[in-house]
Amino acid sequence: MMRAGLQALLSHWTRNPLQLFTLLAGLALATALWSGVQAINAEARASYDAAAQTLGEARYAQLRRADGSPIPQQTYIDLRRAGWLVSPVLEGRAQIGAVDLRIAGIDPLTAPPGVGTIALTNGEIGDFLTGAGQLFATPDTIARIGETPDLTFLPTDGVAPDLAITDIGIAQSLLNAEGEITRLVVIPAQPLGRPPLEQIAPDLVLTAPQNDTDMAQLTDSFHLNLTAFGLLSFAVGIFIVNGAIGLAFEQRRQMFRTLRATGLPLRNLIGLLAAELILFALVAGTIGMALGYLIAAALLPDVAATLRGLYGADIAGTLTFRGGWFVSGLVIALGGTALASIGAMSKLARLPILAAGQGRAWAMVSSARLRIQAIVSVALLLAAAGIAAFGSGLIAGFSLLGALLIGGALALPVILDLLLSVGERIAKSVTAQWFWADTRQQLPGLSLALMALLLAMAANIGVSTMVSSFRLTFIGFLDQRLASEIYVSTETAEGGRLLEEFATEHADAVLPILSAETDLAGLPGTVFGARDHATYRDNWTFLSSTATPWEAVHAGTGILLNEQTARKRELSVGDPLTIGEATFPITGIYGDYGNPTGQAILSEETFRDLFPEAEATRFGLRTSDPEALQETLIYDFGLDASAIIDQAGIKAISLDVFERTFSVTTALNILTLAVAGFAILMSLLTLAGMRLPQLAPVWAQGLTRRALGRYELIRALLLAALTTLVAIPLGIVLAWALLAIVNVEAFGWKLPMYLFPLLYLRLTLLACLAAALAALWPARKLARTPAAHLLKVFSNER
Amino acid sequence: MNVKALAVAICLAAPATGQGFAGLGTEVDGFSVPQPNPTFDFPADHGAHPDYRIEWWYITANLDGADGVEYGLQWTLFRSALAPEDGTGWETPQLWMGHAAITTPTDHFVAERLGRGGVGQAGVTADPFDAWIDDWSLSGPDFDTLRMTAAGADFAYEVDLTATGPLVFQGDRGFSVKSSEGQASYYYSQPFFEVAGTLTLPEGEVAVTGSAWLDREWSSQPLGGDQTGWDWFSLSFDTGERMMGFLLHEGEDTSYTSATWIEPDGSATPYPNGAFAAEPLTITDVGGRDVPTQWQVRLPDRGVDVTVTAMNPQAWMETSVPYWEGPVHIEGSHTGRGYLEMTGYE
Repeated sequence: MMRAGLQALLSHWTRNPLQLFTLLAGLALATALWSGVQAINAEARASYDAAAQTLGEARYAQLRRADGSPIPQQTYIDLRRAGWLVSPVLEGRAQIGAVDLRIAGIDPLTAPPGVGTIALTNGEIGDFLTGAGQLFATPDTIARIGETPDLTFLPTDGVAPDLAITDIGIAQSLLNAEGEITRLVVIPAQPLGRPPLEQIAPDLVLTAPQNDTDMAQLTDSFHLNLTAFGLLSFAVGIFIVNGAIGLAFEQRRQMFRTLRATGLPLRNLIGLLAAELILFALVAGTIGMALGYLIAAALLPDVAATLRGLYGADIAGTLTFRGGWFVSGLVIALGGTALASIGAMSKLARLPILAAGQGRAWAMVSSARLRIQAIVSVALLLAAAGIAAFGSGLIAGFSLLGALLIGGALALPVILDLLLSVGERIAKSVTAQWFWADTRQQLPGLSLALMALLLAMAANIGVSTMVSSFRLTFIGFLDQRLASEIYVSTETAEGGRLLEEFATEHADAVLPILSAETDLAGLPGTVFGARDHATYRDNWTFLSSTATPWEAVHAGTGILLNEQTARKRELSVGDPLTIGEATFPITGIYGDYGNPTGQAILSEETFRDLFPEAEATRFGLRTSDPEALQETLIYDFGLDASAIIDQAGIKAISLDVFERTFSVTTALNILTLAVAGFAILMSLLTLAGMRLPQLAPVWAQGLTRRALGRYELIRALLLAALTTLVAIPLGIVLAWALLAIVNVEAFGWKLPMYLFPLLYLRLTLLACLAAALAALWPARKLARTPAAHLLKVFSNER
Repeated sequence: MNVKALAVAICLAAPATGQGFAGLGTEVDGFSVPQPNPTFDFPADHGAHPDYRIEWWYITANLDGADGVEYGLQWTLFRSALAPEDGTGWETPQLWMGHAAITTPTDHFVAERLGRGGVGQAGVTADPFDAWIDDWSLSGPDFDTLRMTAAGADFAYEVDLTATGPLVFQGDRGFSVKSSEGQASYYYSQPFFEVAGTLTLPEGEVAVTGSAWLDREWSSQPLGGDQTGWDWFSLSFDTGERMMGFLLHEGEDTSYTSATWIEPDGSATPYPNGAFAAEPLTITDVGGRDVPTQWQVRLPDRGVDVTVTAMNPQAWMETSVPYWEGPVHIEGSHTGRGYLEMTGYE
C-alpha cells in the first residue's frame, strides 16, 4: 500500500515536470543565495580569526617603547630576571622569494597559550628552536613564495595570508634585526615580589589587553550587511517553495482522497509526503550548495579586496570548501522546506476523508481571509514600531527586521487588492473594467510571487541605501580626518622632533598627531592632542556641540569625545569628562566610524601638560603643493617614501574600495531580483493552464489572442510597478532599521541615512524588467494558444 | 604552541618517538655517555655539561615554620639539550626548565618556568656558583653556601643553605647504574644542608628552618627503553644517618632498585639491584590518578623496615611533565623525615 501510495504521489511530478522544476529550482536558488553569502562570510571570518590568532597576543597586555623604536633584547632578559614574565615578539617585512612577507618571530618557550598557535610535533620543535630555518605559513603563501634554499616552509592553517611565523632567532636574522624585539607580551599570571616596571625598563609602556580585536568589530558591520542580504534572499526563496508546495498539495487533493478512501491511513500519507519533501530538499539543497559555492567563488575576490582596503583585514581571495558550511546549507534547505510545507501539511491533516476533490486553492480568496491577513500585518508592523521605540539589544534589532518584512509582505496583497479595486471603479471601458477585475481575480495566485518580489526589492533598497549611506558618511569622515595634504611618520621620537623642525620651514602648517592611551569615563581609550589650527575648525563636523567647540578646546576649557564613548556612558555636550587628574566639559561629540574604542581630543598644550612623556612620530602637513613637499621630504630630509602618505592617494584607494563594495552589492541585487522574477514566471505558468476557462469567454466575445497576450504582459508590469510602490517605503524603513537600530546595537555608532532616489528608480526599472521578462513567455504562449483549446473549454463545460 | 610536544622535547631532547618516562630512555645521538670510574672536577662539575642530553640541580627541603607548621620545599633546574652543542644566541640547543614548589599539610603550590639557553634567560655557572632561570636562582660564593629563591603567582621563598657535611657520591663513586642493560648517570648529592629563610604564602610570610638535600645528576640516556617511571626516596633518619633509594618500573611487575646508605660523616655504601625494596601500602586518588602515598621501605642489610607516609598526599606537580613530589614522614625501625618523588603515574 505504501509503495502504491508513493508511486501515486510521485506520478504527479512526472505529469507536471514544470512544477517539479519550480519546486527544486526555488529551493536550490534560495539555498544558493543563502549559502553563497554564508560561504563568503565564513571564509572572511576564518581569515580574520587566523590573522587575529596569528599572534593572538591582543588579548594580553603588552610592553612597547613609547617612541615605537625596537626594544633591546637585553631589556627582555632584564625583565625576565626581575620576575616579569614577558615573551618577545619581533615583527617586520622581508622580501622572501616572490612575496613581501610579513614575518613574526616568537619564542615558543615563554609565549603564553594561544600566541603563535602552530602545531609542532616533537620532531619539528627542535628544528623550530635551533635555527634550522623553519617558518609556518599557509599553503597558498608558501606556493607563492616559491623555492627558498635556506628556509623550510611548513604549511599550516590558522595563519594569515602573507605571514610567516618563525622562531625569534630566525626572525632576527631574516629581518636583519639582531638583538631587537618589537614588543613584549605580558603573561597574565605574574609571580609575587615583582619590582615595578619603571625600575627595570623605564622606557617601556604597558598597554592593556583588548577584549576584541578592532578588526573583528569593524568587519562585523560589513558581514552584518551580507548576512542580512543572505537572509532576505532565503526568505524570497522560501516564498517560491511555499507556493510550489501549496500548489502541489492542492492539485493532488483528489489523489489524496482516493488514497485515503482505498485504505491508506492519514499518518502514512503524511509520512510519505514528508519523505517526498525531504528527498526534494536534499536534492535541491545539494544543487543549491553547488550554486552557492559558485556565487561565493565569483564574489569573494571583490569581497576580499573590499575588506583589505576598508579595514586592512587580510583575507585570502580563494575559497576553501568547509564541511560545516555544507551541512548548515542542507539544514537550511530542509528547514526552509519544512517551514514552507507547514501550512499545506496541517491542511491535509484536517482534511475530511471524503472532502470535495475539486481544486479550490486558486479560487478567489475570500475577503474574510484578506481581512485576517490585514490584521496580522498591521499587528506585526505595530510590533515593529514598538520594538523600534522601546526595544534594545541585537535580538530586538533582528526581531524588528523580521516583523517589518513579514508584516510588509502580508500587507502587500491587501494593498494591491485595494489599489486594483480603485482602478476597477474608475475604469471607463468594458475591456478596462475586465482587465482590472481579472487582475484582481488573479491576485491570490500571484500574491506569493509578488511578496517574493517585494522582499527582494525591499532588501535591495535597504542594503543599497545602507551601503551608499556608509560610503557618503565614510568619505565625509575621511575628508574630516585626512584634512592635511600629506601625512608622514617617523620611527623614533628624535626623528619626529627633527622632522617637525624641518617641515615647519617647508610646509604651510605642521600638525603633530599626539596620542596617549588612557581611561575615558572608565573605558579604555586614546586621547589626542590637537594643535590650534584652522584645519580642524574648518573640516570637523560634530553630531552635537557647543557654538565654538574648538575654541574651548584650545582655551583648555573643553574636550571633544567620540560618539561610541558618549553613547556607552550616556554623556552629552556639557557633561564633565576626567582625563588623568584634570576634568573638562565636553564641548563636542563627533562621529568616529569603525572605531570600536573610546577617543577624545584635547588641545596640544593641555595634552602635553597631562602626558609630558608622549612624543609625536606622526604629523599632518598642510601645503599647497603636495608633490613638491613630498620631494623635499624625500630628497632633502631623507625620509623614506613609505613613511609618507598623501591624502589624495588614500581617498582614491577608499573610493576604489567602495566601487568594489558596490560591485558586490549590485551582483547580489541582480541575483535576488532574478529569483523574484523566476517566482513570477513560475506562478504565471502555473496559472496559465487554469486560466483558460476564464479567458475563453473573453476571447469568444471578441478579444484576440494577441490582445490577451498583451494584457498578460501589461498586467505583470502593472503588478510589479505597484509592488515596487510598496517596496520602496518598506526598503527605506528597512535601511533605517539597519542603520539606526541594528548598527547601534551591534557597534555602538549610528550611521546617518541618506536617500538615493535614482538608485530606487533603477531598482524599480530592474524589478519591472524582471517581471516583464517573466511574463513574456506565458504571454507568448497565450497569444499562440490554438483556438481549439479555447473552444474545448465550452464543450468541456457541457 | 603545543605544550605537550614542547614538554616532551624539553625532557627528551631527541627527535621522534620517546620511550620511558618523559623520553628519558631514548637513543643517544652524538651525546656523551657516562662511563664507569668517573673522576669529578670541582667546582667545574657543579656547572652545566652541554654535551650530555639531560642534567639537573635538584633540591628538596623538610622545614619547620615559626608558626609550628611543617613545610616541604622544592627547587629544580632541568637542562635539556636538543644537540650536544653550546653557544650564545637563540639558536643554542640548550633548553631549561625550572620547577618550584612549597608543600604544606593542606596545600601544594607549584610554579614552572621554561627558557632558552644562549640568551641569558637561564643557565648555570660553576665558579662562583650560579644556577638561574628568570628570577629564580640558586647561587653563592661556593657550593656549600647557597641562597635559593623562587616565586610563583601565589607563593615565593628565599632561603639560605649551608652545608654541614661532604658531597656524597651515589652508585659506584658517582656512576649510578639505572638498569640491567647498563644505562647510567653521573650522580652525586649534598644531603647535609641546613636551611633558614622565609616562605611567602597567601596567608603571609613564615620564617622557616630545617634541612635540605641536593641532587646533581647528568646523563644522556639514564633509563632503559622499557623503564616507564620511578619512585625515589631521600630519607633522613633522626639518628643522623641518611638513605637514598630508588625503584625503576620495568613493565608491569618487575623493577630495578638501587640504594645508598650514608653515615652521619658522609661515608657512603652503595647497594646493588635487589637490596632495596619498596612496596605501596596506600593508593590515593590524586586528581583522578592512582598514586601510592604510603610505602613500606626496606633495606634489610641495615635493618631498615619503615613506613614512609606522604605529609600531603596531593603533592602533584601539575607541570609540563607531571609527577608527584612531596615531603614524607618515616616510622618503624627508624624515624625521621624525607622526600618522595614518583614519576610515571600520569
